Amino acid sequence: MRFRIYRYNPETDTAPRMQDYEVEGLEPTMMLRDALLRIKAQDETLSFRHSCGEGVCGSDGMNINGRNGLACITPLGELKEPVVVRPLPGLPVVRDLVVDMSRFWHHYRSVRPYLIVHDPVPEVEFRQLPAHRDRLDGLYECILCACCTTSCPSFWWNPERFRGPAALLQAYRFLADSRDQETESRLDELDGPYRLFRCHTIMNCAAVCPKGLNPTKAIHAIKKLMVEHAI
Amino acid sequence: MKVARRRFDTLVIGAGGGGLRAALQLSQAEANVAVVSKVFPTRSHTVAAQGGINAALGNVLPDSWHWHMYDTVKGSDYLGDQDAIEYMCRAAAHLVYELEHAGVPFSRLEDGRIYQRPFGGQSQNFGGEQAARTCAAADRTGHAILHTLYQQNIRAKTHFFDEYFAVDLIKDDEGFVLGALVLEIETGEPLLIEAKTTLIATGGAGQLFRTNTNAHINTGDGMAMVLRAGLPLQDMEFFQFHPTGIAGKGMLITEGARGEGGYLINKDGERFMERYAPKARDLASRDVVSRAIAIEVREGRGCGPDGDHVLLKLDHLGEETVHKRLPGICEMARIFLGIDPAEQPIPVYPTAHYTMGGIPTDRFGRVVVPVDSGEEAIPGLYAAGECACVSVHGANRLGGNSLLDIVVFGRAAANDIIKFLRENRYHRPLAQDGVDAALAHLARWDRKTGSESVAALRAELQAVMEEYCGVFRTAEVLEQGLDKVLELKARLDDAVLTDHSRVFNTARIEALELENLMDLAVATVTSALARQESRGAHSRVDFPERDDQRWLKHTLFYREGRRLDYKPVRMKPLTVEPFPPRERVY
Repeated sequence: MRFRIYRYNPETDTAPRMQDYEVEGLEPTMMLRDALLRIKAQDETLSFRHSCGEGVCGSDGMNINGRNGLACITPLGELKEPVVVRPLPGLPVVRDLVVDMSRFWHHYRSVRPYLIVHDPVPEVEFRQLPAHRDRLDGLYECILCACCTTSCPSFWWNPERFRGPAALLQAYRFLADSRDQETESRLDELDGPYRLFRCHTIMNCAAVCPKGLNPTKAIHAIKKLMVEHAI
Repeated sequence: MKVARRRFDTLVIGAGGGGLRAALQLSQAEANVAVVSKVFPTRSHTVAAQGGINAALGNVLPDSWHWHMYDTVKGSDYLGDQDAIEYMCRAAAHLVYELEHAGVPFSRLEDGRIYQRPFGGQSQNFGGEQAARTCAAADRTGHAILHTLYQQNIRAKTHFFDEYFAVDLIKDDEGFVLGALVLEIETGEPLLIEAKTTLIATGGAGQLFRTNTNAHINTGDGMAMVLRAGLPLQDMEFFQFHPTGIAGKGMLITEGARGEGGYLINKDGERFMERYAPKARDLASRDVVSRAIAIEVREGRGCGPDGDHVLLKLDHLGEETVHKRLPGICEMARIFLGIDPAEQPIPVYPTAHYTMGGIPTDRFGRVVVPVDSGEEAIPGLYAAGECACVSVHGANRLGGNSLLDIVVFGRAAANDIIKFLRENRYHRPLAQDGVDAALAHLARWDRKTGSESVAALRAELQAVMEEYCGVFRTAEVLEQGLDKVLELKARLDDAVLTDHSRVFNTARIEALELENLMDLAVATVTSALARQESRGAHSRVDFPERDDQRWLKHTLFYREGRRLDYKPVRMKPLTVEPFPPRERVY
């Protein structure tokens, strides 16, 4: 199988280049990560992040034939040759397929992605009815792989000010949690023309999410909450 | 040689659930804490834990911490230390409530309390009816806990060193641990982190085996650092094989699948666990179920064209239950097998899963070594979680006890560290020898001559461990295995990197990881060969019985001269009567 992989090592390269590899003995049911590991065994200078190999740790987000996804759950059989693999777009490249995620983490931290409770906590668990707990489904499962945010044109255009789909999904995860007590301030923090409202419902985020989540829907829900709270 | 330096009150190496729970406690106590992790914290392998965390909340069926304690002692095949087990089981409910208050999105019962499911080895009333003790967030409990702990650490302003690899501990002549030399992966530059205490929370070493449920990063780095520091590892012969990894691939299928009512069948469609564990059946302890599957396959009752696996049947539970309670499993089965478990059974086989052994600690998380009259703590050094051996899991860990272990002993270690910091207010003078030795260790990989490749040696090591140190063991096979592992270790001296660049050089990281795996393989096989009995996960065909007379004791392995030592099991609990060893039937 043929692969064309983005290569860049700041110590030796003045500009990025694409390098071709041919790998024998791959099966269509194997994953792209398996192929990258074979390539790395031949050419250990190729750098990429990966870990769990089953789509839960979120390490190996990359751009695969023009579309963001996780290498470890992308079957080779679904890919057209040569398979073109690039780093996630919209973030600075550290080396090869490794991007600098600092900006992504900055936006994540900025939405205060943690439960805030001011009342004294009970000596047992908070009661949360199943119907309330169900509101967290489709939100809490996010693995922070950055596939969504780095596929979002609004993020490419306003990377400093637009929070991006991943961070906004997390913002809503806490707004939707019946236990959280910071609804007002969370909504206030997202108000204004950029942080939330740069979303133009392009929906690339939902199209690429490897966990099948829908950040656009969460963003819409935040907007709706804002309206409700304004009246 | 000069190296950049940072100073903190306390250093935590590893940002899985154990490290993050400790860091949270320390940050909240206003200690100045640095967390070093070779991956971004939410990539840590805690994220992959599925089924849940044990605590006797009694939300679904009657329960008590004392019954939980009994099950854990029995599950450990009586090798667990009963003081630590009592401590853990008593703390469990409080810690689960704490996690819930911190935001963990647990699944819920109709009345809003935390959902609990039955898991293997659980009983009511000291061996009676099945209990339901495992608190779950669907089948993504580890993800939910890890993310919540990371999030609360953001809130607590913990200082993170993301993508820094810990190379070696720094010790002085008096035996105090003064911090660690770490490597910033992005720049390739070494950094010395000085700290009054160091907590190792680096997880397990499932990458010792070819087919495993573990992440690529699970290379036992902290355990190997401890060996290199001249300290022993405990009970390394006890490695858990999870009964239900996806056959041939290794991805974990949670025990929760059987907890929800799934069961195993062989090629005749027989529910074979009834023969091995008449009462608990598919919810017997993991060692029991793994052996049963291996025997079924060996005796020709395996499924598939090669008869090399059994089937986990869930289709009788109904789509609603399967999709609602086990969504992660469904996703995994769809992606890796192209099936929906609500309709088709999952092919499974025992798969390397969990390191019961590790760095010897007491129930305060302090790393301890034997002295004439008992044990002594290494000042400033702590360990918690899978890399540690408290030992609450003994010879076999119960499902749902690993997430519990990490939060209980992460917190316990942090509490003792806070005490230590109060009594040791100042950093001790740095031991330059230790720093130089660690830098020399790192510089070894700058060598430009040699003929072996790291990737090839790693693959060979994993194949050898799988073949010679698997579910069933004999002296003959283990002896061959030891020879092979030692030969591989010798060949590692001749390994060379072709990539000597600095920036994000993952080849160099993998070389350091392989050194760690190599030492742990030697520790595992050596300890396994010496233990002439069958207990828990350590199953010796040539010594099929448990032998409490000779072997009710912990193994200690030292790197120097591959020396073995032994120490007694702590049979005395904190407040209750001991559970003396009994025949273990399920």
